[in-house]
Amino acid sequence: MKAPDYRTPRIGINSIEHQDKLLRLWKTTPGIKGFFTTTDHKEIGIRYIVTAFIFLGLGGVEALVMRIQLAGPNLSLLTPEQYNQLFSTHGMTMIFLYASPILSGFSNYLWPLLLGSRDMAFPRLNALSYWIYVASGIFLYAGFASGNGPNDGWFNYVPYASKAFNPGLNEDFYALGMVFLGISVTVGAANFIVTAFRTRAPGMSLNRLPILVWGTLTASVANLIVVPAVSLAFFLLWMDRQFGTHFFDTSAGGQALLWQHLFWIFGHPWVYAIVLPAMGMVSDGLPVFCRRPLVGYSLVALSTVATMILGFGVWVHHMFATGLPGLGLAFFSGASIAITIPSAVAVFAWIATIWLGRPVITTAFLFFSSMILLFVIGGVSGFMTASVPVDWQLTDTYFVVAHLHYVLIGINVFPVVGAAYFWFPKVTGRLLDERLGRWNFWTMFVGFNLAFMPMHLTGLLGMPRRVYTYNAYPGWGMLNLLISVGSFVFAIGVSIFLVNVAKSLRVGARTTQNPWDAPTLEWSVPSPPPPYNFAVIPTVASRHPLWESRLGENAALSTVDRGMLLDSGKETIATSALDAAPDMILEMPQDSFAPLVLTAALSVLFVGLLLKTWSVVALGAVLSAAGVLMWLWPRRALREREPATEAARG
Amino acid sequence: MKASPLGYLDAAGVRAQHILPLTWFTLCVSLAVCVVIALLLWIAVRRKRIPYGVDIANVSIESGGDGLRWITVGLFVSAVPLTATLVWTMLVLAAVAGPPANPAFVLDITARQWWWDVHYSGAQAADAFETANEIHIPVGKPVLVRLHAADVIHSFWVPKLTGKTDVIPGQTNQSWMQTDKPGRYLGQCSEFCGYQHAHMQFEVVAQTSAEFSAWEAAQRQPAAMPATAAAVRGLEVVQFRCASCHAIRGISAGAVSAPDLTHLMSRSTLAAGTLPNTRGNLEGIIQTPQDAKPASLMPNQHLSARQLTDVLAYMETLQ
Amino acid sequence: MAEAALSQPEQLPVGPIRRHGVGWWGAGTLIASEAALFGYLLFSYYYLAATNPVGWLLEPAPSLKLALPNTLLLLGSSGAAWFGERGILRLKRAQALAGFGVAFLMGAGFAVVQVIEWRAKTYGIGLSSYSSLYFVTTGFHMAHVLVGLLVLAALALWTALDYFSPRRRLVVSAGVLYWHFVDVVWIFVFTTYYLTPYLGFAR
Repeated sequence: MKAPDYRTPRIGINSIEHQDKLLRLWKTTPGIKGFFTTTDHKEIGIRYIVTAFIFLGLGGVEALVMRIQLAGPNLSLLTPEQYNQLFSTHGMTMIFLYASPILSGFSNYLWPLLLGSRDMAFPRLNALSYWIYVASGIFLYAGFASGNGPNDGWFNYVPYASKAFNPGLNEDFYALGMVFLGISVTVGAANFIVTAFRTRAPGMSLNRLPILVWGTLTASVANLIVVPAVSLAFFLLWMDRQFGTHFFDTSAGGQALLWQHLFWIFGHPWVYAIVLPAMGMVSDGLPVFCRRPLVGYSLVALSTVATMILGFGVWVHHMFATGLPGLGLAFFSGASIAITIPSAVAVFAWIATIWLGRPVITTAFLFFSSMILLFVIGGVSGFMTASVPVDWQLTDTYFVVAHLHYVLIGINVFPVVGAAYFWFPKVTGRLLDERLGRWNFWTMFVGFNLAFMPMHLTGLLGMPRRVYTYNAYPGWGMLNLLISVGSFVFAIGVSIFLVNVAKSLRVGARTTQNPWDAPTLEWSVPSPPPPYNFAVIPTVASRHPLWESRLGENAALSTVDRGMLLDSGKETIATSALDAAPDMILEMPQDSFAPLVLTAALSVLFVGLLLKTWSVVALGAVLSAAGVLMWLWPRRALREREPATEAARG
Repeated sequence: MKASPLGYLDAAGVRAQHILPLTWFTLCVSLAVCVVIALLLWIAVRRKRIPYGVDIANVSIESGGDGLRWITVGLFVSAVPLTATLVWTMLVLAAVAGPPANPAFVLDITARQWWWDVHYSGAQAADAFETANEIHIPVGKPVLVRLHAADVIHSFWVPKLTGKTDVIPGQTNQSWMQTDKPGRYLGQCSEFCGYQHAHMQFEVVAQTSAEFSAWEAAQRQPAAMPATAAAVRGLEVVQFRCASCHAIRGISAGAVSAPDLTHLMSRSTLAAGTLPNTRGNLEGIIQTPQDAKPASLMPNQHLSARQLTDVLAYMETLQ
Repeated sequence: MAEAALSQPEQLPVGPIRRHGVGWWGAGTLIASEAALFGYLLFSYYYLAATNPVGWLLEPAPSLKLALPNTLLLLGSSGAAWFGERGILRLKRAQALAGFGVAFLMGAGFAVVQVIEWRAKTYGIGLSSYSSLYFVTTGFHMAHVLVGLLVLAALALWTALDYFSPRRRLVVSAGVLYWHFVDVVWIFVFTTYYLTPYLGFAR
């Protein structure tokens, strides 16, 4: 019996039988098999978050060891080689293995709930992006653990990264590991883009999207376009190192600056990709605690996109000292100054939201609001370096180290911790302890500023970056000691956060569905949400579905209790790109081994490349091809195939 | 601030002096912005905050107020210092970027792991000489610096005189320096270049014309022949052990991979600014360079005590 | 009031119908990313050409004797793939198999000729940055051709297994789109390496 090609979805209200039916259709296979085959975005999101925090811890320990070495002049706790591997691995870990995956994790968990959908557009691809992240993280750390960690900074300039100066496996681990990780980022980006445009709740037009969605979507489009640049750069480096090509070596027509261009064409958009989603979390969370909608929603959404678009055009500001012609320098300097404008839009929108609202000072609020100040501090130091001649003094000193930590910790870590306090009740059904939260916040805030504010000074006093030791010039020793102490205080603050999480998971106060009385769709489902998220598909009529009656927004109200039931199978609704009109019933895949198997096959491939064992490479390639083939094999249940004969009849 | 030898908030050179007011301007704007934002934030959070203990669900939702005005006013106010910085930047860039029209002379500096090879061309070929890690310039005149890379990327930076210019293999970047104040100005490599990036300093010594000419003349001389017996023995050891890397004009020639030692004693530091040039340090840097500069390219020498004394006796003739 | 209508939709397609489905968007994002990759490879060419002295171009007048017909062969294979897709749309399995099969053969032919061209080069990959770029760029393209051949083979296999109908065939359209993409990339690569030298670029 041919299943119908078209169907009018049944409309109804929730019921116990309906929920049971959906639960049977959607819940993950129990036990160890389910652990490896799940495609539930919530489980994948939590894994991303946990794994990212593990890397945050590793990167943090690396930093603390460095800070002990730098606590005083001319110390010799570490050899230069150890220090170089530490600062390089620290940068790689934080920027690639923490800062982006943590935001992927939150986005993965939250997006379908924010969008009124039952999962991401490509659930198996979602699982794949996580497994590859873990596998490439292990690959990269295998290098570090075996004494072959990257040792040329996270930015990895040639010629120092080339074989002549770096003969060991360090750079090969880094290069191949990054290409591997790039696959995870790319498929994750594709998933977010298609989900944003095609699987939203009916009525959730683009101007009703939560800013977190705008942020991650913008970051994903950027990543899709620029990750190939860095993957290519690392691949070409590996070719130069292992096959005697000459992309970067000047002895035969290569250019050292080609590496820098390719790297920074990626690198600059990347740093916006690791803050824009976090800014989105602030834009969505802060207004809840100000008891009012975000000021200037449209401007904030547009400024998110504008920041990223401008972000494609500033990469040369990482190369101001490389001897480029003046006209180019002038252009990129102007663009780098201009890019502060869309950021300023967000800052003023947030301040206005607080000013015009009535703040309820929870721990989440403290993190979201303090972030604004840290953002501005990081932003102005960036503004200073945007001016080429000033940058000629500031670049490669600790001033830039201060800048990058204010923007990365201020615009990524602080919002992330705030987001944890905000969404923890949704994920677990319990609240994080507020008293511990105050200790958490103040220790982190004081420790962070103690650690990184003095770096502006050491930078202005001329202390260069990436040095394993320094002389006892006036002020340097005292400031560095202060920085080292501050870094430990900051680490204690982060630890308090982890303690709070561990404690609250067990004994945290249980909470209702919507403890913060927040406006968006995720707060309309139970805490924690059932596997299928929404028993009935909501219809959205505004940006604040759960606040509508109180905001006096007239016209039809959003409905969350009555809507499409979509319980004929494992299905959700697909909608049009701009206005989110329903246009397809999307059949969703069952749990699958394919993502894990493909990850294992790719791991074999990359290990073979690292060891230059071509039989292993061939094996990995064949297994990967087979894995992809099985994955994409057209399935009846997903309506990907039907015999021509049936079609002729039907 | 003045005390930090690598600080650039006090400028001595023309280029640095052009950049400094803009640096102060952007710094002051930045501080002002931070203070204003902090203040606004503080007031915003405090003014209508809900007392502790009130359940958030009991705090009603409101909207309205002219939030957009915040954004437009904020943007307009921000645009002023941004535009000023943009314009001023272009002016300073035009003033300092280009090489000087009439440099007193051209210096060819080759950055190597982990020292600075300095070549003075002179008017004729016979006047050319090589030195390392210590650059002398006359006051009052611009000096053009051509930067050559021999291995990896380095960066040439004398904070009180000039901003950074990278040294990149395959291209010849240019910098220039000019100062009116005699003195010693510290420089340091500012692009990560490997194990001893932290110990790759150099000094720029600005002198009066007379002093500079005298220095130049002295540098042009080849090394004196050793006079004492110990120095003669020392020279033998040096020729055998050191000459394959270090050049000493008049005694051994051709080696380029390590600093020219012809007038080592005229320099104030050893090992690219790592140690002051004292007898004790010299002994240490010859015998166990890996102590002060681990992983640098000079191996420990394992000389006998007698050999070491002789070598020092010879080295101290290299004034 | 529009929302009320949205909440009670009529007659929605179940699963992907023709090209309407999330898989089409997914294929599009994959292609966008791969296109960017080739963009950066060509950027590297133009950057090195602009920053290297005269003589960098090892082939100022590259021979089109093999490359031009080969290009036409590849473009023709796109036509064959399109023809094959049309066969699916018109419920003509024989046409579909013929189209995919011919596209496969033409693509394989392109690959063979490409290898012949590689072997005929007087320079190896390690001679200079030009040769490195030439082999790596055409090599990346070749890798995409090989993947495309696997895709065509899979499409042929699935067609033979009677998997597709005019409505249910999104994977066919996505696969053929990928093949078209591989051909379009070749046009850019071909133009860069074989035509721009004649236009006076980077003598």
